[in-house]
Amino acid sequence: MDWSPLWISIATSLAATFVTLAVGLAAAAWRQHRRGPAIALVDGIFLLPLVLPPTVVGFLLLLLFGRNGPLGALLSKLDATIVFSWPATVIAAAVIAFPLMYLSARAALEQVDSHLFEAARTLGASEWRVFREVALPLAWPGILAGTILSFARALGEFGATLMLAGNIPGKTETIPIAIYFAVEAGDRRGALAWCAIDVAISLVLLAGLYGWTQAQGATGARWARR
Amino acid sequence: MSLEVQVTKKLRDFTLDVSFRADNAPMSILGPSGAGKTMLLRCIAGLERPDRGRIALNDRVLFDSERQAQIPVRGRRIGLLFQHYALLPHRTVEENIAFGLHHLPVTDRALRANALMGRTHLAGLRSQYPRELSGGEQQRAALARALAIEPEALLLDEPLSALDTHLRSQMEAQLQETFAAYRRPTLLVTHNMEEAYRLGEQLLVLSRGQVSASGAKEEIFRRPPTVEVARLTGCKNFSRARVLAPGEIEAVDWGCRLRVAHSIARPVSDVGIRAHHVDFLESSDASVGSENTFPCWLVLSSETPFRITLYLRLHEQSGNTAGYHLQAEVFKEKWERFRRQPLPWHVRLSAESLVLFPE
Repeated sequence: MDWSPLWISIATSLAATFVTLAVGLAAAAWRQHRRGPAIALVDGIFLLPLVLPPTVVGFLLLLLFGRNGPLGALLSKLDATIVFSWPATVIAAAVIAFPLMYLSARAALEQVDSHLFEAARTLGASEWRVFREVALPLAWPGILAGTILSFARALGEFGATLMLAGNIPGKTETIPIAIYFAVEAGDRRGALAWCAIDVAISLVLLAGLYGWTQAQGATGARWARR
Repeated sequence: MSLEVQVTKKLRDFTLDVSFRADNAPMSILGPSGAGKTMLLRCIAGLERPDRGRIALNDRVLFDSERQAQIPVRGRRIGLLFQHYALLPHRTVEENIAFGLHHLPVTDRALRANALMGRTHLAGLRSQYPRELSGGEQQRAALARALAIEPEALLLDEPLSALDTHLRSQMEAQLQETFAAYRRPTLLVTHNMEEAYRLGEQLLVLSRGQVSASGAKEEIFRRPPTVEVARLTGCKNFSRARVLAPGEIEAVDWGCRLRVAHSIARPVSDVGIRAHHVDFLESSDASVGSENTFPCWLVLSSETPFRITLYLRLHEQSGNTAGYHLQAEVFKEKWERFRRQPLPWHVRLSAESLVLFPE
């Protein structure tokens, strides 16, 4: 059996999660103290990948990164192509997973008492220090949960990935794509094996997340010595 | 050292429009909930931006709308004690206190934090987390943290409101000690008039965003300039009033004529008397029937451990519990002496105790 879809899936999901964590956190931090109709519009745009069919997202990305697309044209000047390459799987998965990260991070930051940020500022802390030493440590359970959800979502990404990265075995063929093409080729056993692997990974992640949240609730008093 | 404040800021229900100057004596800002007190502190600390005005601390201009000048919160060097303390839950007491000392070398940080923990009796709790502390300890930690940055002014937002009664008097003593040592502009916001009186030397009364009185606390409590200020400083009894003669007024709502102590220079709109100034006469007292004494009937009473509040109706009896004219407050001992006397009792509203409010 060719195990490459497993390694590609894991590498893609890890890279996509990393990107989405950085961008999602930055977006949530930027959004934190802003209100107004313009912000509502930005929120809407950020959440689009969650509600649009992944094929639509994939097609839009294809237009963006294609030879004649604005980003694609720019990249071709640097002799780089994204479409049908491994980075395309990362971009597709990161964009699809972004809303989950953004929503989780935003919610996690919003539940921190804003007086704590204000207190830190009155004590002379810079905005960066407020973020790093107050916001992050207090919001990290929610951010971690968002990261795990994003990873799971990236792992399951199919439509956008197929659109942007295609199906190149050993290069862009992730587990969901391998399953699709196995079924199409009549290889039911191969498809079933990949399904089992996918279910196992997702289950471990989600159960781990749930168990961890439970443990957090049970010990309750974080930051209190027993 | 002085803090000069002049701010205008439109709020939802009214406009905050305040101007005052605080020197090295602690100043209490007294006002009902929602009068704009907290907003005022937030403007001074830089957490809110006034629409217009100027805030200067010593020789530094912190905010000036005309010159478009605004120093950000972190550069103001103002200690703010939040109502619910806002201690960082993931930092120990010592780390909280040292949070504002980031710019100092580590050894200096520890020295200063140690000194403050000693002064606020927190040395034994240095490695505890805030949620392991009692309310009073959290309060002291927050105070130490605010003082750690050696602020040029100290602002306290309802510092005692979250504490139970016995802790409150302890904390009051701690605050008095702190103020005595600090001697820089200190503003203390409260809705409790006794707290305001005990902790402040100067008093600023705020209602619906406006200053309704400011000055030495004794003077404001003795001669409140308006009915509203009188009410906020604990005066319970008011009546509309009309001048009859230079030394005599008619209290319209109380249905009586009253002799007043000073000849009246300005038109008077209202008269008031504090509940503990209503004086009860023994029925054998010779002055019954003389000036400013009136027969009264008990409508309702309400007891606290040491005192009783009596709701009285003057001149006639009434079955209606809402129909009282005066609230009188007396110690239980005195109450025990006259409670068995037959109604009507006699009260005197002595000329010296009456407060007149000009139109």
